[in-house]
Amino acid sequence: MTGYLLRRIAGGLAVLLVLSVIIYAVFYVAPGDPARLACGPRCNPEQIRQVREQLGLNQPVYTQYWHFLQGIVAGHDYSTGTGTMHCQAPCLGLSYQNDQPVTGLIIQRLPATASLAVGAMVLWLLLGVGTGVLSALRRGGITERVLTWLTLAGTATPVFITGLGLLMLFCAYLQWLPFPSYVPLTDDPEQWAWNMLLPWLALALLEAAKYARLTRSSMLETLAEDHIRTFRAYGLAERSIVGGHALRGALAPVIALSAADFGSIFGNAMLTETMFGLPGLGQLMVTSTKTIDLPVVVGVVLVTGTAVVVANILADVLYAVADRRVALR
Amino acid sequence: MTQEIQQEIQENDISGARQVLRRLRARKSALAAAIVLGLLVLFALAAPLLAAWEGQDPTTYHDGLVNSAAGGVPLGSFGGVSAEHWLGVEPGTGRDVFVRLCYGARVSLVVALGATVVQVVVGVALGITAALGNRLADSVIGHLTDVLVALPFLAFAVALTAVVPADFPRPVLLVLVIGLLNGVGGLARLVRAQTLSLKKLDYVSAARLAGGSSWRIARRELLPALAAPVITYAAVLLPSNIVMEAGMSFLGVGVKPPTPSWGQMLSTATTWFRADPMYVVLPALLLFVTTLVFTVLGDALRTALDPREASRLRVGRAGRAGRRKESAI
Repeated sequence: MTGYLLRRIAGGLAVLLVLSVIIYAVFYVAPGDPARLACGPRCNPEQIRQVREQLGLNQPVYTQYWHFLQGIVAGHDYSTGTGTMHCQAPCLGLSYQNDQPVTGLIIQRLPATASLAVGAMVLWLLLGVGTGVLSALRRGGITERVLTWLTLAGTATPVFITGLGLLMLFCAYLQWLPFPSYVPLTDDPEQWAWNMLLPWLALALLEAAKYARLTRSSMLETLAEDHIRTFRAYGLAERSIVGGHALRGALAPVIALSAADFGSIFGNAMLTETMFGLPGLGQLMVTSTKTIDLPVVVGVVLVTGTAVVVANILADVLYAVADRRVALR
Repeated sequence: MTQEIQQEIQENDISGARQVLRRLRARKSALAAAIVLGLLVLFALAAPLLAAWEGQDPTTYHDGLVNSAAGGVPLGSFGGVSAEHWLGVEPGTGRDVFVRLCYGARVSLVVALGATVVQVVVGVALGITAALGNRLADSVIGHLTDVLVALPFLAFAVALTAVVPADFPRPVLLVLVIGLLNGVGGLARLVRAQTLSLKKLDYVSAARLAGGSSWRIARRELLPALAAPVITYAAVLLPSNIVMEAGMSFLGVGVKPPTPSWGQMLSTATTWFRADPMYVVLPALLLFVTTLVFTVLGDALRTALDPREASRLRVGRAGRAGRRKESAI
């Protein structure tokens, strides 16, 4: 187990290293002139030259990349013309827009994204697994047909359509909820939950549909297996067969998917945040893309990439815990 | 009884493609989806004709048709529906909604189809190369697909638009970005695994012993056998490409205005959902129907290409009929 974990972590680090090289190459080396972008639109050639020197852009590419990695591990000192500015250990550079350390900007935005993701995940696992199990047990009936169509429609609906539908229903027509505006959990937990309700629902409905379909087919498959038939033959109660034994085997692929999907979930979170105006990582990404604030863009991509890699390792471990037939080697 | 067997023999005689088509036609939902899809394609192809018929174009502002005192709400009921503007006008600008929807369909379908072609070509090429090539090629491609799968692809796609020169044609950029990021890694993995198991089959060994080159074996022996799983995968990717294009337009990094796109219209709609619900409903409905139609067709295609899958999971009427047949025997 420990050996497996160490190997997976090493593999994950390798993937991240490759990812960082690709990202660095794509964003800093390929097109355009980062110095001109960093300096702003009203810079004369002399100022651009100064910025290029400050950012170390006149050095060879591999040296620059090395400094970038060094910054992440040990921090980096930037000369600001008059003195030096220290950017602390996981240093992802300074924003072109306001010279703030990117790491700080990202940490500022994390709570909103985490609130959205965790809340929505709880909701969609409950909804998705519940619907999936129900439609697997009611095989062939009208419930099953309705649920199949509902989930098919759910997977086909982009999150911004669900979101708009929810807004129109709950904010404009019924007027039960105000237009969401983010309140930090630490300020007022009740207001936080009320304001997050619509974003959670919008994101959860989309994902729940996918999980319902997966849970259903995986549940059907497990129910057809020999050991379940044996339990039946022993006269075990149907409830304990389904709830205790079948669900456990059926949930393994659900867990695997929930982690493998992390990347697309961040994409949908980005859409949800933009739609409801939540100050999260996704919104930061979109605004910094539009202002071509490369260090921030690179920082967010790297952070989300890391999250995906970690989630994948976690998924494999959880998969083995849920399904004892899988051995970690 | 004998009739049924005869029919089965006949069915095995006709070519694979025709058999698949027959199975597709037998499913009512697939047939309905195909008809709706045909209408949508017609809607997109005939955009200039439809515009001429209505007598409008997608970019002309009609300031007289919106209430500028109320911030630009369209005058008249249902978002300004009239004999001149069949589906009303856009809030704020007064541009014709019907024509913008027609042209938006073009962007959506062309980008999604183009991206799917890129995904299939690149994914199949990578997968086959990894399976047939030497160990170096396999490990390089293996790491590349690991990274591609780990990428939060919508985030990366959005980020890429920051570094591409502004004069690069946007639809081409969207096709490339979506095509190279969304699902290529998964497809390459699938093709590699399939090719590895095909490679062990006798007929491929025979072709190799007969002196066929790797390229010839890939083209003549492997590609036809790979068609079914690749088509199934592509059918899942297509609607997700549509959603991705709409999502990128929604975030403001899709096609450049004034070119109309559904995602862009929905993004404008988020500020108008109270005052002009019609403007939300129309693009949302079209986008929803388009993705739903592709999802239904993809689902039907999967079961048509792999009947084993269908009989294992089939439910409802067809399943019961199947069981009756068994008991009759």
